[in-house]
Amino acid sequence: MLYAILCYHDEDVVNAWTQAEDDAVLAKRGRVTDPLAAAARLGPAARLMPTTAAVTVRSGADPVVIDGPFAETKEQLLGFYVVECATLDDAVEIARKMGVGETGAFEIRPLKLYLPSTLDAAAR
Amino acid sequence: MNEIGWIDGMLRAARPAAMAALLRRFRDLDRAEEAFQEACFRALRHWPANGPPRDPAAWLIMVGRNVALDDVRRRARDVPLPDEDALSDLSDVEELAADRLDAADYRDDILRLLFTCCHPALPATQQVALALRIVCGLTVAEVARAFLVSEVAMEQRLTRAKRRIAAADLPYATPGAVERSERVGAVAAMVYLLFNEGYSASGGTAHVRAPLCEEAIRLARLLLKIFPSEPELMGLLALLLLQHARTPARLDGAGEIVLLDDQDRGAWHRGAIAEGLALLEKARRHRRPGPYQVQAALAAVHARAARAADTDWAEMDRLYALLERIQPSPVVTLNRAVAVSKVGGPQAALEMIAPLARSLEGYFHFHGLRGALLLQCGRTDAAREAFDRAIALAHTPAEAAHIRAHLDRLAAG
Repeated sequence: MLYAILCYHDEDVVNAWTQAEDDAVLAKRGRVTDPLAAAARLGPAARLMPTTAAVTVRSGADPVVIDGPFAETKEQLLGFYVVECATLDDAVEIARKMGVGETGAFEIRPLKLYLPSTLDAAAR
Repeated sequence: MNEIGWIDGMLRAARPAAMAALLRRFRDLDRAEEAFQEACFRALRHWPANGPPRDPAAWLIMVGRNVALDDVRRRARDVPLPDEDALSDLSDVEELAADRLDAADYRDDILRLLFTCCHPALPATQQVALALRIVCGLTVAEVARAFLVSEVAMEQRLTRAKRRIAAADLPYATPGAVERSERVGAVAAMVYLLFNEGYSASGGTAHVRAPLCEEAIRLARLLLKIFPSEPELMGLLALLLLQHARTPARLDGAGEIVLLDDQDRGAWHRGAIAEGLALLEKARRHRRPGPYQVQAALAAVHARAARAADTDWAEMDRLYALLERIQPSPVVTLNRAVAVSKVGGPQAALEMIAPLARSLEGYFHFHGLRGALLLQCGRTDAAREAFDRAIALAHTPAEAAHIRAHLDRLAAG
């Protein structure tokens, strides 16, 4: 089964991290994801820009474009990983390791459809 | 860094939060400022020996509050003065305060203070001057420079503003939603000037004061969260991010200015540029251009050029012409002249800035640019004269060193 691990965090806190703190978090995440990548179990991962850069399209008969994120909550969706796990427990364990020492939350959502990336990562 | 250096940095960083909390408590600008000053003096006495407190802002708030209460009691003369030892022993107090005041509380306080300073009873220039002085702790000289006026004139302007606030008995309470939307323009202007002050520090030896820039970016982001559909606030945040992205390349190892043409563009902060461009694109969808959006678009032209030679100067000229129309100012024209010199040559640019000579007489960059243009025209004597004027007006060693390098090249040639 493929799972999406969605990273929720208070973006004011994340934005206030120093470069060193930010690097440390990414390095720690890397220690969890590197073995998964080596085992060909890691899908794409992304980090989202702050919600101030977001636009929401509310669909309906007359779709509305709204500036800002979809929901006004204390914690925002700031990024995600796609991982292959045999069980939900495995996915929970990965998320638990990723979040050691952090204060945010991870939402784990099984994937229903997965389209592999066609982007050239080197050009990003 | 020497001892006073690190303390000074901490006091600067803690100032907005501490001032906001003290003002909320005392509801009196002068008393809050006095309390903060006194707390800073005590910090200079205590911190070198005891090390910095865990939360400098909480420490300053606590000490400032106690000092001001002492003062009130002293004036009342009916309560005995508290023991100095009790004041000096701050370890417990500090911990309590740090627990009570979480980071989110500070943020709210600062933005509220900004909106308070931007009260409609004050003329716009006084609002912004007062906010820079009170919230950001700039000296009168620094505020004066931000407005391109003399120190004496600014001192008078600030005194009048404070008197008017006192006379109107303005409540230092949170302005409501309507007041906020009426004042957002003035608050945005103050955030913009705060960033400029950090970007080109006017006092001391540092040419760039990154913490001021980062605080301005944080405030711009908060403003945009409160007003998520305001394109000018998107433009403001985009502008600050695009400018700040160049910070790593703006000074060389010796702390001297590196001009845009010579900067290592690989050192620019790609993440900040990407976010700035995204915000600008989002703002454009509203089709309501304004000064911040145009300035962000100007910064974006530089950000998009992989090499200095790739800069689209015709687009720069077009954008500056637009800015001249919606926000005419001699400084805008001066900047447009740089684009004009690239597109139409130095003579055309010199003609463009000639009428600015009087209004920008005391402006370092006017004489610096004029010298560079004269030099390009081969008029070395006139160039030397302009550079001499510029050096006399330099505010930081980096500015002076940059002009001196021009003069040295002239002497060698």
